[in-house]
Amino acid sequence: MPGRIQSVERAAAILKLLSGRSRRVGVVDLAGELGLPKGTVHGLLRTLQHVGFVEQDPETGKYQLGAAMLHMGSSYLDGNELRTRALNWSDSLAARSHEAVRIGTLHEGQVLIVHHVFRPDDSLQTLDVGSLLPAHATALGKVLLAYHPYVLDQLEAAGLDAFTGATICDRDRLELELGRIRERGWASDIGELTPSQVSIAAPIKDRSGMTSGAMGIFGPPDRLLVARQPRGELVAYVREAAAAVSRELGAIPWG
Amino acid sequence: MALRERYVAAIDQGTASSRCLVFDRFARLVSVAQKEHPHIYVRPGWVEHDPERIWRNVEEVVARSLNDARLEASDVVALGIANQRETTIVWDRATGRPLHNAINWQDTRTEPIVRELVGEYGHEFFRERSGLPVATYFSGPKLRWILHSISGLQKRAERGEVLFGTMDSWLIWRLTGRHLTDVTNASRTLLMNLHTLDWDGELLDALGVPRAMLPEIRPSVEVYGEAGGKLAGVPVAAALGDQQAALFGQTCFSAGEAKCTYGTGSFLLLNTGDRPVISSSGLLTTLCCRVGEEQPSYALEGSIAVTGALVQWFRDNLTLIASAPEIESLARTVEDNGGCYFVPAFSGLFAPHWRGDARGVIAGLTSYITKGHLARAVLEATAWQTREVVDAMRADAGLELSMLRVDGGMTANNLLMQFQADVLDLPIVRPNVAETVSLGAAYAAGLAVGFWPDTDALRANWHMAAQWRPNMESAVRERGYRKWRKAVARTVDWVDEDDEDDET
Ligand SMILES: Nc1ncnc2c1ncn2[C@@H]1O[C@H](COP(=O)(O)OP(=O)(O)OP(=O)(O)O)[C@@H](O)[C@H]1O
Ligand SMILES: [Mg+2]
Repeated sequence: MPGRIQSVERAAAILKLLSGRSRRVGVVDLAGELGLPKGTVHGLLRTLQHVGFVEQDPETGKYQLGAAMLHMGSSYLDGNELRTRALNWSDSLAARSHEAVRIGTLHEGQVLIVHHVFRPDDSLQTLDVGSLLPAHATALGKVLLAYHPYVLDQLEAAGLDAFTGATICDRDRLELELGRIRERGWASDIGELTPSQVSIAAPIKDRSGMTSGAMGIFGPPDRLLVARQPRGELVAYVREAAAAVSRELGAIPWG
Repeated sequence: MALRERYVAAIDQGTASSRCLVFDRFARLVSVAQKEHPHIYVRPGWVEHDPERIWRNVEEVVARSLNDARLEASDVVALGIANQRETTIVWDRATGRPLHNAINWQDTRTEPIVRELVGEYGHEFFRERSGLPVATYFSGPKLRWILHSISGLQKRAERGEVLFGTMDSWLIWRLTGRHLTDVTNASRTLLMNLHTLDWDGELLDALGVPRAMLPEIRPSVEVYGEAGGKLAGVPVAAALGDQQAALFGQTCFSAGEAKCTYGTGSFLLLNTGDRPVISSSGLLTTLCCRVGEEQPSYALEGSIAVTGALVQWFRDNLTLIASAPEIESLARTVEDNGGCYFVPAFSGLFAPHWRGDARGVIAGLTSYITKGHLARAVLEATAWQTREVVDAMRADAGLELSMLRVDGGMTANNLLMQFQADVLDLPIVRPNVAETVSLGAAYAAGLAVGFWPDTDALRANWHMAAQWRPNMESAVRERGYRKWRKAVARTVDWVDEDDEDDET
C-alpha cells in the first residue's frame, strides 16, 4: 500500500466524530478527543469548512457536519439499489414474521419508504414505496436517527409533532431513546404514529459501517406485542434480516 | 428432543451467474450465495462461457451457502438443479474435459447453418417434430457448429467418445457421473420429438448429430443419483430449465396458469396441460415438466432474448450508470421517454418475430433526448416486448389473463413494473420469493424425495408480496404501442449474408 496521507486521515477522523454527535462540538473538545494539537485541528476544520463538509455556528463557534457532507451521506446508497439488494431477505422476513416489511432511508429529515413487501396473507394491500414518514415517530425513523444524530437539529427546528399520546416530542427524551437504540441495536414504535400500530426495525449497514437504511416490520399490537413489549422472536427475525442485508452490502458480520 | 430441521438446496446455474439457495420446509429462504462468471466475447455475435469455471463457481456457491447457514450435507434432504437453457457443451467421455467453450444461447454464429436448414427442410419440418422454429437460439445448430469446427470430432462423437450436454447435463455429470438430461432441457435442443419425448431420428439426421453422444432423457423430478463433494450423499433429485423451474416455483401447476421471469432475458410461459399446443403466432411449444413416470405437461413460451441484459449493456458499455438498479433513478429524472424507443435486437429478434436478420435500433432520436430518456426507453423496451408475447399468447391459446405473475431480478424495479401493468392493462403480481427459479428447483427436488407431500402443499406457500395496478389511459397506451411497433419494423433486414465474411 502506498504511504497514507496523515492529514486526510485526520480530517476523516474529525468527520466521523462529528457524524456521531447530535450537538455541535468545539475545537478544544475535538482536539482533546482526537489527541491532536488545537492548532492542527483548527487548520483542518478551516479547510473542511471551505469545501462545505463542516459548518461553524456563528454564535457559539462550535462545529457540525456541513450540508455538502449530509447531501453526500443521503445519496450514498441509491434507494433503488438498496431495494434490489434487499429483495431476497425482505421477502424472507415477511415469510418468517407473517407481517408486512418496509425499508426506509433518510430523506430531508423524514423516512422515505424505498421498499415494501406485503403481509403474506393475500389480503388487499397497496404498495407505499415513495411515501414519507416522520422520523421520530416510527421504528424505521428512530433507527436512522440513532445512527445519524446530526439530523436532530434539523428535526427539532421543524418541530417534533405529536401524532398520538405516545409520540416522543421532547428532544431530551428522544436522545435518551436513541441512545438505548444504539445500545441494543433495534428500535420499536408502540402506537407512536398510529394508536393501533406497532413497528420494529433494525439498521442496515454498508461496507463502511454507515447505516444506509433501516428495515423492519409493522402490524397491530396484538400480533407484535406480548406484555406490551415487542415479541422477542420478531425482534430476532428483524435483526437477522437486517444483518443479512448488511452482509449483502459488504458490512462486516454483526459489525 | 427438538425435531431436527431439514432443508432443500437448489443450484441456479444462470447466464450471468451461478447461485445456490437453501430453503426450509415453509419455502423460506435460509441461505443464498452467488457468483458471476465472465462472458467470453470472441467476436461480434459470439458469446461463450468456460464450463470448468462454471463448475468451480457452482462448487464454491454450494459451499458458501451451506457454510453461511452452518449446514452440513446431512441437513439437506435433496438438491435440485435449474439452469440456463440451450447453452451447449461438448466434453470428452474419458477425461471429462470440455473440448470447446460452452456456446451460449445468445450466440448467433450459427446463422448460416440456420439459413441452410430452413432452405433445405423449411420451418414446418422442425416445428412439427420439436415444437420450435429453427433459430440460432437452440442447441442443435450450436452442436452442429462444434462438430464441424474441430477436426475429427464427428468421428469421435459417432464412437461415443465425446458427449454433448446442456448445462444440466454438465452439472449432473460432474455431480453424479451420469450422462443424462431432463425433458425440459431436451425440449430446447431442436433434437427431441415433442410427442415421443425421445431423440428424433430425422432431426438428428438433419443436424448431423450422432445419437451416441446424446444424454439419456429423463423426467424432471426423479432421483438421478447422489452428489459428491460438499454435498456428499445428497440425492440429486430434480433438473429443470430455469424458466420451467420458475413456472414450478410460481406454482403454475395447472393448465391456464402463466408467469413471466425478468432476468438476462424475459420468458413468459403458459402451462397448457397434457397436450402440446403448436403456435401460429411465433411462440415456442416446450415441455413444462415431467414428474417421475407421470404424464408430462406442456407449455407455450414467449422467449425474449434481451431485457435485463440491456440494462447491463447500458451500465457496462455506455457506463451511464454504475449499477443496474440506478437505471430507475436515472429514468425518474424525466417524465417520459421523450419520443425515444430502444429495440434491443442484439441477437436478432426472438418471440414473436424470430428474425435472425434484425439488429438493435434506437428510434426517435432528436436533440431533445437526454440520458434520462434513454434510461426510460431501456426499461420500456422490456415492457413492450412482454406486451408482444402476451398478445401472441392471447392469439394462440385464447388466453385471457386476469393478472400476470412475475419474478426475477428486474421485478425490483418499481418504475418498470408499474409501466408493465400500464402497457398490459393488467395487474402485475410478484410472489413472496423473487428467486422462483431456485424455489422451483427446490420444490421439484423436495417432491421427489417426499419432503413435501404434493403440489397442493406447495401452492399453500404462494403469497403476494407486491402488486402494481394499471393506471394509463388507453389512448396513451395505444400510441406508445404503435410507435414501438414502428421501431421494431426498423430493426429487420439488417444482417446481410456476406457480413460474416468481413470478420473472418
Ligand atoms: N433494479 C433493477 N432495475 C432494472 N434491471 C435490474 C434491476 N436489478 C437487476 N436488474 C437486471 O436484472 C438482471 C438480473 O436479474 P436475475 O438475477 O433474475 O437474472 P439472472 O438470473 O442473473 O439471469 P440469468 O438467469 O439469465 O443469469 C440483470 O440483467 C440486471 O441488469
Ligand atoms: Mg436466472
